[in-house]
Amino acid sequence: MSTPTLSRPVARRDFLKFSAIAGGGLVLGFYLRSDGTALAAEVVKPAAGGEFKPNAFIRITPDNVVTIVSKQPEIGQGIKTSLPMIIAEELEVNWKNVVVVQGDLDPAYGGQSAGGSRSTPTNYNEFHRLGATARTMLVEAAAQTWGVPVAECAASGTAVQHAPSKRSLSYGELVAKAATLPVPDASAVKLKDPKDYKLLGTRISGVDNPRIVTGQPLFGIDTKLPGMLYAVYEKCPVFGGKVVSANLDTVKALPGVRDAFIVEGTNVLSGLMPGVAIVAESTWAAFSARKQLKVSWNEGKYANDSWDAFSTKAQELSKQPGGSTVYKEGDVTTALAGAAKTVEAAYSYPFISHASIEPQNCTVAFKDGAFEVWAPSQNPGAAQTAIMGQFSVPKEKVVVHLTRSGGGFGRRLSTDYVLEAAAIAQKVSAPVKLTWSREDDMRHDQFRAGGFHFLKAGLDASGKLVAWQNHFVTFGLLSAGRGNDTAMVARPGSGATLDADQFPAHFLSHYRAEQTVMECGIPTGPWRAPGNNVFSFVMQSFIDELAHAAGRDPLEFRLELLAGKLGGNYDANRMIGVVKLVAEKAGWNPKKFPRGEGQGISFHFSHSGYIAQVAEVSVSKDGELKVNRFVCACDVGAQIVNRSGAENQVQGSIIDGIGAAVFQELNLERGRMVQGNFNEYPMIRMPDAPPRVEVHFLSTNNPTTGLGEPAMPPVAPALGNAIFAACGKRVRQFPMSRADLRWS
Amino acid sequence: MSKYTLQINGQARTVDVAPDTPLLWVLRDSLDLVGTKFGCGIGQCGACTVHLNGVATRSCMTQVSTVGRKQVTTIEGLSPDGSHPLQKAWCELDVAQCGYCQAGQIMAAAALLKENPKPDDQEINDAMTNLCRCATYLRIRAGIRRAAGIASGDDAINTGGGIPPLASLQEANK
Repeated sequence: MSTPTLSRPVARRDFLKFSAIAGGGLVLGFYLRSDGTALAAEVVKPAAGGEFKPNAFIRITPDNVVTIVSKQPEIGQGIKTSLPMIIAEELEVNWKNVVVVQGDLDPAYGGQSAGGSRSTPTNYNEFHRLGATARTMLVEAAAQTWGVPVAECAASGTAVQHAPSKRSLSYGELVAKAATLPVPDASAVKLKDPKDYKLLGTRISGVDNPRIVTGQPLFGIDTKLPGMLYAVYEKCPVFGGKVVSANLDTVKALPGVRDAFIVEGTNVLSGLMPGVAIVAESTWAAFSARKQLKVSWNEGKYANDSWDAFSTKAQELSKQPGGSTVYKEGDVTTALAGAAKTVEAAYSYPFISHASIEPQNCTVAFKDGAFEVWAPSQNPGAAQTAIMGQFSVPKEKVVVHLTRSGGGFGRRLSTDYVLEAAAIAQKVSAPVKLTWSREDDMRHDQFRAGGFHFLKAGLDASGKLVAWQNHFVTFGLLSAGRGNDTAMVARPGSGATLDADQFPAHFLSHYRAEQTVMECGIPTGPWRAPGNNVFSFVMQSFIDELAHAAGRDPLEFRLELLAGKLGGNYDANRMIGVVKLVAEKAGWNPKKFPRGEGQGISFHFSHSGYIAQVAEVSVSKDGELKVNRFVCACDVGAQIVNRSGAENQVQGSIIDGIGAAVFQELNLERGRMVQGNFNEYPMIRMPDAPPRVEVHFLSTNNPTTGLGEPAMPPVAPALGNAIFAACGKRVRQFPMSRADLRWS
Repeated sequence: MSKYTLQINGQARTVDVAPDTPLLWVLRDSLDLVGTKFGCGIGQCGACTVHLNGVATRSCMTQVSTVGRKQVTTIEGLSPDGSHPLQKAWCELDVAQCGYCQAGQIMAAAALLKENPKPDDQEINDAMTNLCRCATYLRIRAGIRRAAGIASGDDAINTGGGIPPLASLQEANK
């Protein structure tokens, strides 16, 4: 097939998948109706009862309105704008003619999980073909209408033109004819040459912006159903604790309260945990009644756990051999013994919350044994599956509507809040909206795991890095493994396990990474660039320590390391490309800064993205840190989809990365998280955002990939390395705000 | 429960709620004005910012019984048709990521611009205490400056922070 514009050949598997969907008539269709305006209105406002279920991505109506369904959850990553742009590009429509509507959970759309920065790479090629297929049919329809060869016709501006006769027909005028044509074989569909792109790579304002800036209902928490009640749910402050008793009769007698009951729940920390539900006539009535709720808990075996005790234990464990070997190359012990110079350092970081600004919430109507769900979810399919499993209902009894989410960051991949709402709705005979308080959200997160790294590395006489060992002490829950590995042992959760490919694995002849797990009761989950967001801090900071120990320039030291690749999938050349670009754009020259100011560099690969960053900071003599500038170079493949969204993601990742590194910390005492709200858990605000964050994209001949996560991991080490350059203080712990940066 | 007649976006609206109900929940649950958002409940994040007699106020900390005859303006009432310079600037610069906090940001910024029609970055930093979890602070800053430019007819006002306007949007639609 002719696909010269694809950045990689179309795999047969891709082709079959596309054909199967297209052949089934599910992917695209021309929805015809005499009253196109009425349809457009209906499309823009899906009926609250969930009656409207589009079975196609593209609809064109006689009024020349092109409706494109966005199937992915929108959590602030901009996917609701960027994926439809791909269709619009190939379809040759004016963006002003496009209406984007959110699709609900529907197998017709394929996978709908927004995680791992996968929404773009997973859908990129298929969305091109969807748009191109529709365009091909419209051109064919025009050619037939005019009785001219297809080759004489061309599409642009939501219309087809016949240049020889100077005739033109709008898509709206062609839909009746196009709808009668067979869907062409994929081989007959020609994709555009990227040099002819009009939309992709430009800056397009988010499709929901007009509604966001006027306060229209969009988010999960904005859901309102007729007769809806409002619920809160109290869980044990110690993870996994169970309800012994509660003063339900007192609570039920409070104003506005309709019901209060115990939910037995399960012992799955990311599932339906035991708790007490209060259902009331308004959110405030439920919140107020909760203040009178008294619950006696069985707090379970982790009620005495504390961060301080884990920290002490981690130091002890570091002196023993690691529990398991993550990856090993050569003979590290001998190489370290023979090194001209060795450096040792310990790094650590605390648990933190996702703190998505829209607290977890979910609205569920339970009727005739079926659940209808409105969820701000990153993973609506998982929500459906979880309800099916928890309540033993078949798939057709669980309808999930996607709402916009007020931030995700990985938190909404979990389904705990959905299951709680479903359990409450099943008990009361009315639709229910469950709203978590900020304290619920912060203390009952699926947390970014804390961790401890104990590193030692060796330099040879020329200052070259020759050996590296890392003993990672992490946290895990008692759980069974995969397949036949059914032993109940402490296993680290998402983001809490070191991977074998973590840089500089595969770049050193003598390398050893070990991992020891401390059993705890704390649920952990994916947090923006899971694992990478902390591992990059550790590795890229320690590399910087080694460069300084060797008396070498941190940039040149890194380029030497990258040049020595031994194996693995890491594309060292792509990384070298962005490292060189960021050094050029930032004007890398650490020697030019006076004492008290400094420049730091870092790079990291994750989520298919190769990213390098330079930070510039000042540190006053009394230790006040100011971030003056960040420069970032990104290689996320051949094509930036929406340049505005891409730049926004990178700039947001960098400021979020500064905030997470400098401010965020949850402390564990007596088995529970101490901090509950933003007065105790500082987040970065306007004054601490650097005045300049410069973003550069390096286009390479590689598949186009996502940007929700990969720009975040290099932030903390670039910052820490710049702090060291400025004041000579090496920061090895989050939150950096605790570090004493005073100098004289 | 008690009855209160509130002046919301220029209209008298009567609600029957508990006296200690925060204005936030009156707006959201009783009046279906959901543009004002719940984020923390303790006045920390500013997602619930509205104007009381033109002053930016955290509605989650404002009990309905204290509102009286004060004019309440919510994001829905900031302009009749989304044409406030801040609303235009927010769309033009594509400020939002998730968008959840932005109504509160715009309401806080609108109060600032009323007091100070052309704030510099330092004045913006000092005035804008709202939290943006997606950390769109550069674009919020740029958006406020752009809005100041729109309001004064001065298109040359530098938006700063390396945020280019969406000129290519217009190009794409030619």
